Formats: sequence, C-alpha cells, structure tokens
Amino acid sequence: MPDPKAVITLDVNGDPVEVAFAPHKTLLEVLREDLGLTGTKHGCELGECGTCAVLVDGAPVLSCLVLGLACAGRRVRTVEGMAEGGRLHPLQEAFADLGAAQCGYCTPAFLLTAQALLAANPRPTRDDIKQALAGNLCRCTGYIKIYEAVELAAARMRGEDARPAPETLYGR
Amino acid sequence: MAGDRKLRVIGKAHRKVDAAAKVTGKTMFADDLALPRMLWCRLLRSPHPHAEVVAIDASRALTAEGVRAVITGKDLPIPFGILPVSQDEHALCPDRVRFVGDPVAAVAATTEEAATAALDLIDVTYRTLPAIGSPEEAVATPEPCIHDYGDAGNLHKLIDLEFGDVAEGFAEADVVREDLFFFGGNTHLPMEQHAALADWSGERKLTIWSSTQTPHYLHRALAKVLELPPARIRVIATPNGGGFGGKSDPFNHEIVVAKLAMLTGRPVKITLTREEVFYCHRGRHPTLMWVKTGVKRDGAITAMHFRSLLDGGGYGSYGVASTYYTGALQTVTYQVPRYKFQGARAFTNKPPCGPKRGHGTPQPRFALEVHLDKLAEQLQLDPAEMRLRHLQPPNAVTANWLRIGSMGLGRCIEKVVEGSGWKSKFRRLPYGRGVGLACSSYLSGAGLPIYWNNMPHSGVQLRCDRGGGVTVFCGSTDIGQGSDSILAYIVAEVLGLDPFEISVVTADTDLTPIDLGSYSSRVTLMSGNAALQAAERAREIIAGPVARTLDIPATRLVFAGARVFDAEDPEKGMTFAEAVGTAEAAVGTIGTVGSYTPPKSPGRYRGAGVGPSPAYSYSACVAAVDVDPATGIVTVPTIWIAHDVGRSINAAAVMGQVEGSIYMGLGEALMEEMVHRDHERRLVHKWPSLLEYKSPTTLEMCDVVTYLVEDPDPNGPFGAKEVGQGPLLPVMPAVANAVYDAVGVRVDEIPVSPEKVLKALRSKAKGKGGRVGPTSFPDVPWPEPTRVATPWEGGDGKADDAGRGGQGRAGADGAHAAAVVRPERQH
Repeated sequence: MPDPKAVITLDVNGDPVEVAFAPHKTLLEVLREDLGLTGTKHGCELGECGTCAVLVDGAPVLSCLVLGLACAGRRVRTVEGMAEGGRLHPLQEAFADLGAAQCGYCTPAFLLTAQALLAANPRPTRDDIKQALAGNLCRCTGYIKIYEAVELAAARMRGEDARPAPETLYGR
Repeated sequence: MAGDRKLRVIGKAHRKVDAAAKVTGKTMFADDLALPRMLWCRLLRSPHPHAEVVAIDASRALTAEGVRAVITGKDLPIPFGILPVSQDEHALCPDRVRFVGDPVAAVAATTEEAATAALDLIDVTYRTLPAIGSPEEAVATPEPCIHDYGDAGNLHKLIDLEFGDVAEGFAEADVVREDLFFFGGNTHLPMEQHAALADWSGERKLTIWSSTQTPHYLHRALAKVLELPPARIRVIATPNGGGFGGKSDPFNHEIVVAKLAMLTGRPVKITLTREEVFYCHRGRHPTLMWVKTGVKRDGAITAMHFRSLLDGGGYGSYGVASTYYTGALQTVTYQVPRYKFQGARAFTNKPPCGPKRGHGTPQPRFALEVHLDKLAEQLQLDPAEMRLRHLQPPNAVTANWLRIGSMGLGRCIEKVVEGSGWKSKFRRLPYGRGVGLACSSYLSGAGLPIYWNNMPHSGVQLRCDRGGGVTVFCGSTDIGQGSDSILAYIVAEVLGLDPFEISVVTADTDLTPIDLGSYSSRVTLMSGNAALQAAERAREIIAGPVARTLDIPATRLVFAGARVFDAEDPEKGMTFAEAVGTAEAAVGTIGTVGSYTPPKSPGRYRGAGVGPSPAYSYSACVAAVDVDPATGIVTVPTIWIAHDVGRSINAAAVMGQVEGSIYMGLGEALMEEMVHRDHERRLVHKWPSLLEYKSPTTLEMCDVVTYLVEDPDPNGPFGAKEVGQGPLLPVMPAVANAVYDAVGVRVDEIPVSPEKVLKALRSKAKGKGGRVGPTSFPDVPWPEPTRVATPWEGGDGKADDAGRGGQGRAGADGAHAAAVVRPERQH
C-alpha cells in the first residue's frame, strides 16, 4: 500500500490551500503534481540549476530540495502569482519587452529570484544582480537581457519613466 | 515586391508573440502535460560501454506493484536513425549495447516511483566486449567492429575531396605552415530535460507530444519503427525548453512511450533525468584537426589542406553530415583558390555525438582562425588587416562550389576593430592581458533536406476571416529562438496588421504543413519565405475585390494600420476586416499557401550536398582576456561581436541570439567538456550533472558589445539571414588568440582550461615553446580522392571522373542521403 498521505495547509500565491500528498514529496512535486502549478520548472531535481526556485516567506528556495511537509503554514509564491489583477508584474513586463525569456524554461525562477532581490534592494547594481542570480542557470540568453530587464523593472518600480537603451534592442 | 514597401514591422524591436505566456508560466512544455490514467515510463540503461545482450528476464518486474508493461528490444526490432545512410539505432538494444547509458528495456507503471523501482527487477545478462575509447584507438583497432557497416573497420565515414591542385598551390606559396588542433566534446545542456507523452486512441491513432526540434523527422521514424501509416500518427512538438541541436534526432524514449501506449491502451509519459540527458547527448564531436596552408607574403592563401578526425560515439546520428561540415565552410570567408579536405568519423563506445549549435563547423573554425593568427604573426601582418585583404567577394562561388550571396564580413571586422580599440591593444597590453580576433560564417539553412526529395523545405497555410482574424499554420518548431514570432511579423508586415493580432499554430503534423525542423539555422529564412509567399498571395486575393469596390487600381492599395486604403487618398478605404469580408463575398473563403525550396547549388560532386545554403551569415569577434599566470585561470571581461544578419526581422530577438551565442561560445572556450572515465575501460561519463559539467553562470559571463551589420541577401525574407548559430563560432578562436596575446602561450585545444594554460606557461618558462595541443594525426586509411575542378579552372561542379572517389559503402548505399549524393534537382 502507498504511504498514508500528509495533509497540510499553506498560502500559495495569496490563496489558502489545503493539499494531501505522499509525505516524501518535495515542494516542487507538490506544486506541479498535486496543485497543478506547472509554471515551476525543474532542470535537475538535485539543487544544481536553480530552475525550480520559488519564494517561501519571501526568500528564494530551490523547491526540489524542500519537502512539501516543511511548507505547512508558510507563504509560497510561484510565477503564477506574480501578475496581479490581470496586470503583469514589472519584472514580467521587462522580461517580455527585452526578450529576457527565450525558451522560457528558466524564466519563472529568474523572475522570482529577481523579485526577492528587488524587494530587499530596489536599486541594485549590475554586480548585485549577478550575485543574486548566480544560482540560476540560463542556456539561451547569456544573462545579459536578464540583467537589463531587472534593471529596467527596478527603475520602473521606483517610479522612473525608464525605457530600454537603443543599443540593448538594436546593437551599436 | 515586399522589399519595396516602407517597413512598419520588420526590423523593429518587438516582444515575441509568446512572451506573455513565457513570463507567466503558462507555456506548456512536454513535462507539464498529463492525461487521465497516464502511465509513467522509465528506461533501463546499460552499465557497460560495449557488450552483447545475452538475455533479459523481466518476469520479476512484470509482477511488481503498479507495473503495467515491460518491453525490450524484441518488441521494437526495426532500426532507425536521423540519416538514411545510418539507420543504426534501435529504440531498445536487441543484442548489443554500445555506450554506458544505451537503453535495453522499458517499464510502464502507474507511478514514476513504481517504474523506477521495477528497473532493479529486470535481470539482464551481458557478455562484455572490448571497448573503444577514442578515434585513435578506432583507427588502430578495426576489429571487433562496433557496427557492421561503415567505410573501414570502426571508421564510420571517410571523405577525401580535392578542389584544384593543392600541391601546385603550396609550391607557389612564400610560406607554408602546418598546425594541429583539438576541439574537445561538449554538450547542449538545455535547461529542459527531454520529455514525451504518447496517447493511443480508440480509433487506432497515435498522438505524441515531445520536446523535439524536428517533429517531421520524428514522425517518419515513428512510422517506420511502429509500422504505422504516417496518417495515423500525430506529432506535436511542444515548445522546447532549449534545444541547441540536442533535440534534433528521433530518440529511443519517444519511440518507447509510443509503443507502450499502443500496448497498454493508456497514455504513457517519460521525462528523462538530467543524467539521462547526458547519455542522449548528440553534442559537439571531439575533433582532432591538422591544417596546412600556403600563403603569399601579403597573406593571400594559395592552397589549404584540412584534415579532421571526429569521435562519433556509439551511433551514426547526424555524423556523416557533421564530418562533411568539418570541411565545408573553410572557403566562404577568405579566398582559398585550391582546397583539399580529408575527414574521418570513428565509432567509439561513448554517447553518440551529433549536431550542436554550429554543427561540425566550430571545430574547424577554431583551428582555421588560430592557424591564421599564427600565420599573420609569421608574416608580421596585423591579423585583422590580413583577413580584410583576402575576403571572399559577395556573389562568389568558392573552390568547393558553394555560392555566396551577400557578404558583410568586411564591415563586421571594421566594426569590432574600431569598437574594441584593437589597434591600440593588440600586442600592446601589459603581460597577463590580451586581445584576440577571429571571424566566421554559417549557413542560413542547409540547402538539402535530411532525406532526398524534391518537395518544399517549409510550408505555410494562411487563413483570413471576415472578423479580421488571420491564422498562420506552419510546421516550424519554436525552441526559444522565436520562430513562431517570425511568422507573425512577416504576415503582419505584408497585410498591414499588428503582429500580436495574428494567431500562430505550429509544429503539429495534423494541423500544419511540413517544415523540416529547427536545425541548421534554417527557420527564419525558409519558413519566413513561405510565410511571405502565403501572405502576399492573400494580399493579392483581398486586393482585387477591394480595389473594385473602391474603384481604384489594386496597385494603389496600401495595407497598413489594420486598414486597406488608397495611397493617394488615405481616407478612402476600409478596415482589414471589411476588406476580407469584401473578398469573401467576391471569391469565397480566403486561404492561401506558401512554400519554400532552396535554390539549386552549383556543386554536383559526391559530398556537395553539405555546405550549400541559400545565404551565409558572417561574424567577426574580438575577445579581451585576463590571464592569471599563477593559476592559469582565464577570465573574459568583454567580447565585441559584429554579425551580418542580412536584415533583422525582430532586432531585439537578433540581439538575444547574438548574446546567447557568445555565452555558449564562452562556455565552450573556457570550461565545457564531456569527459569519460577510462578506468578499466568503463568509459562512463565523469560528471553527468549540471553542477559538475561546468557552464558559465552570471559570474563568468562576459560583457558583450554587439554590432548588427545588415547586408540584405536576396534569398532571405526581407533580406534576412541567420543569427542563431553563427555568432558562437568566432568566440573560441578569439579567446585562444587573446590568451596568446596576453601571456605568449598557445593552447591549441578547446577548452582553454587553467591546467592547460599553466602547462603551456611552464613549458615556455623551460624554453620549450609554450604550446599545449595535439602533436600527431593518426594514419587514417584515406580513400582515393574525389577530384573536382574549381570554377576558375573551368570546372562544372562535377567530379573529374564521375563515379570515382572510393567514398565507401555509405556512398554506395547513400543514394537518398543529402549528405552523400546530390542528384539533379528539378524545378
């Protein structure tokens, strides 16, 4: 017989959620398989690539290394919860505007990790961004459009009327 | 002509049409799919690099909890492979395994855990065979053969082509130089692991969703192996979470889940583990190269002779084409009046190599561009100046009969030389800092398909309705490069619409006309041309009735801003929706098709099928490096890259492709490497993990200064050429050349890793030359050369003595292979 299921309640993207799952499951598996939130991706399930990052109580965690059970009563934010009221989050807008998402597979984790960065540091330098995103691998973009998108979103979130530099979109 | 109109969409920076789905997590990748009653599949893989499969006993697994089926090679006896000349794979090995990771059995169970647990209950009896670990060993060990086909022993493919008399060219030269290089193997490492889901319907129809770059070729392989009519198979390529060439072959796991779905009557899904992705591989062939070039004092090349020896791994894959590609594009950048190429691909007992971004051309480009750097130094010429003096002119036909169209390499070199401050830096920076330059070129799509046929390479259907809705249907596959968006921009440009109002349906063999797939940088040019044709036909159909209604000549109509109106009186017109309605009333439902077939190539010798392309992109690159002489660690602060893209369709997407190419090239240059443990001939992958296979993070990635050069090519849609692969090519040689500029040592091997730099520095300190790299090229049994007269010798593109050439068995049975024989085409 399968193991008896664990039942927990937690806050997922602002909604109170009750979920039953086999107790050995990771948060990644609970999100994808038991809650149908497939926006959270995986690249290794060994904590190596950062692709499965979500926010737990505001901090980025690798959901493949966290047991679902450990998230009882906690606030989990996934990419599905970033847009509010049908409006994209400024980071999502900037990633879309600049092409910071190519294949899009690593994108949810980059967005959430960047969101945590900007919550702590609204005016990050390029080096701050590199340090914050160093645990996330992207094979498509070379990271540059991601840095530029985080900078653009940060400026917009500070209320500045920021636009991408022409050389970002057209080269020199 | 579309090119004559003022462009409203083309060339601007746009979002991609799927950008919102990608940033909200709504894009459904293959592993995001699930169906009711779905079973999970896992594959049992060989622990031996080379062994006979003596017996498989699955009885214990079959009775395990949750297990619904176990299959072995006996259930899938028909071989397959991407190229018609190398149908050497089985979905499950029936009698022999050829690398650690080769699958022998598959389980379908109610949960992934149950399927995984059942693998341990399958008893396989192997009889191990001697394993071959390198191409040098393969040359020296013709028996036992890893495969029962190939050109000689364990040599899968042997090529010997000679264009003009190279001996005469070397005799004319002022300087003749020979060099040896090695390019290590590396892998694609897409963030998404391969996944596939198959469903067998009550109507005996198979549907498979898979993260494949080539749904059409998968369709053909499934039909062959499963013995189903193609019309009973529907292949849907899900958006790929990165491909880079690694999802271009039909794979074991795709065929296995299809078979298991047919046997169980239930949907079956598989998602490979990251470890398994390393076993699928099909990545960069490790390649040993020897190059000999004769030059005049001004750097003009008089002759070039190039040899390559590729480590193919356990199966054919694209390898015959890869081997030709290591010799094909040496001639399209600088003038090479006489050229000889000898290429060999060896079978070894390692994961099969295949096409990775640049497919077979980054290795020889590395060799050539470092070789030219050494020649320039020997001739006391500036390497940029030397290249600029001897560029191929536009519209040239090369010694090996490749027809070049637009050629913007000169402008690319000028851009990076100026932008990087080359002249004030080269050979002038303090010890430890350096700059290096390299150039390259790549195809905008292979001129021939994988299997011989006269049909279009890309097809588009277009429907317009009275509500103003437009849908583009195309078999092309978006792997993140933005091919779906290209279709929308081009149709929007022609019909005067907003690209985001156009619906795009792609990569579904039931719904979309065939496109050959996302490989060889072919999609923008080929599907773009097909979309352009379909859109222009729709415009023409709509324009006639609208012009009659407005009582003006159709030539005066403008399609712009979702309106159709009189150029001379813009108020006089109607909305696009009204225009379609007017046309529907006059001629009926509005639908058009477009298709694209590349132009015929002038080369007509055996082997001329690899290299031709409708257009060639060009890139020039300057890399700056800092080398720490104490540790050998190379850091790259900045790369300047100029790329001749013909014309940008979406400038922002072009920038993304350039930056992504630089990134991947940087990883190859400095760290990425497939390494196999050779202890007791285990040949097991040393580090099949994302942590231990080193790839650049944000902390290693360099700054990139990009210059887009637009030299429109008449064969490209609106002049567009490729950008997805070409800018990767010059990075590795530019970095290697910069390391020499910085510390005076030559690492003639990729990757340029710290231990090699240190070894070279120590060698230099001992007065031993300061070079690390291969020192010999094995004695390969080359066939009799195929001699082809060059265009300037009055040749006709055919071999001197048709039918001659000893290209071996692959030639004899390769009548349908693009890579081997290029029969006459009919147009």
